[in-house]
Amino acid sequence: MFEGAQIATLLEELEVTHVVTIPDSTLGPWLSEITETQVQVIQVCREGEAWGVAAGLYMGGASPVVMIQCTGLFESGDALRNLLHDYRLPLFAIVGYRSYLSQDTLPGDTCLTFTEPILDAWKLEYRLIAAPEQFAEIAGLYRSCRDEGRSGVALIAEGKA
Amino acid sequence: MTAAQRGAMPLAEVIGVLHTARRDEIVVTTMGCAREWMRLGSHPLDLVYVPSSMGQATSVGLGLALAQPDRRVVVCNGDGSMLMNLGSLVTITSQRPKNLIVLLFDNGVYEVTGAQDTPGSAALRGGRAVDFAQMARTCGFESVFEFSDLEAWASQVHEVLNAEGPVFGCLHAQPVYENATPKSPGPAWERARALREALDRASSP
Repeated sequence: MFEGAQIATLLEELEVTHVVTIPDSTLGPWLSEITETQVQVIQVCREGEAWGVAAGLYMGGASPVVMIQCTGLFESGDALRNLLHDYRLPLFAIVGYRSYLSQDTLPGDTCLTFTEPILDAWKLEYRLIAAPEQFAEIAGLYRSCRDEGRSGVALIAEGKA
Repeated sequence: MTAAQRGAMPLAEVIGVLHTARRDEIVVTTMGCAREWMRLGSHPLDLVYVPSSMGQATSVGLGLALAQPDRRVVVCNGDGSMLMNLGSLVTITSQRPKNLIVLLFDNGVYEVTGAQDTPGSAALRGGRAVDFAQMARTCGFESVFEFSDLEAWASQVHEVLNAEGPVFGCLHAQPVYENATPKSPGPAWERARALREALDRASSP
């Protein structure tokens, strides 16, 4: 839905300093273009770790974004509880919503069953980005979360319709 | 081989040596280390990571080190916590932060829950404990140290704190069996905000 150059430019415009990530087939191709910017890419070994790294970056004065697939969101539970709720760190994430755009051709992916309920369960404000025309909404959500000190998730629909 | 058989050091004294040597480093402590560290007072650049998401202290420390490249960051972690996030050793060495020091306090047990053996302990592995120092070397830590003797630790602590990072120090410590659970020193969100503000002040001209 989006090209790496678009995302890289967006992150620079938002003055994001670091992207903490594990790639998937949608997010991964963006990395080469992001690494060509001033934004530093940190690849972690599992997604729960991404929140810890982002938390340290934020407390150290940086402006990180976590970029993971929804499966990694499922893996992240205790880190979310602790860092976003106990410590109230306003961390922002771009989360790939696996199979959202393939529901007709590839039904049965349980990511479609659990992703949004999990976001609700962890009390994470999110915006579903399911069409190219919604690109500007990512920046809008990021800015409102940053300005108000809230965490938030841009949920990027993945797959091919 | 148990921690005691290996010649492990009293945790409070090991932490005391670090506390005496500490200058203006950020110090992240968790679990039993946090309990002992808090007994020695507080510092604006402390992050007593209690309550924690177990295992995340090394990841938080990495983030701090990358955000504050001109300041040393010391993470005091337990072996049970380390086992929960072994991948962070690989993430750390992929980023190669010269200012990050991971100190692992290895006692072979989950101390704060009643000293049950960890799966890395000698007790659950036919007498052969996981060798964390060797693991750190294999992951690519620039400087690796290991101590079972308090005098050696005390004489080399500055070398450890000033070595080229990423640094890994394995400190064989004796478990504490009573009153082992650390208490949070105050609202976590206030302490996180205070650390960020303290670092902001410290880096302002």
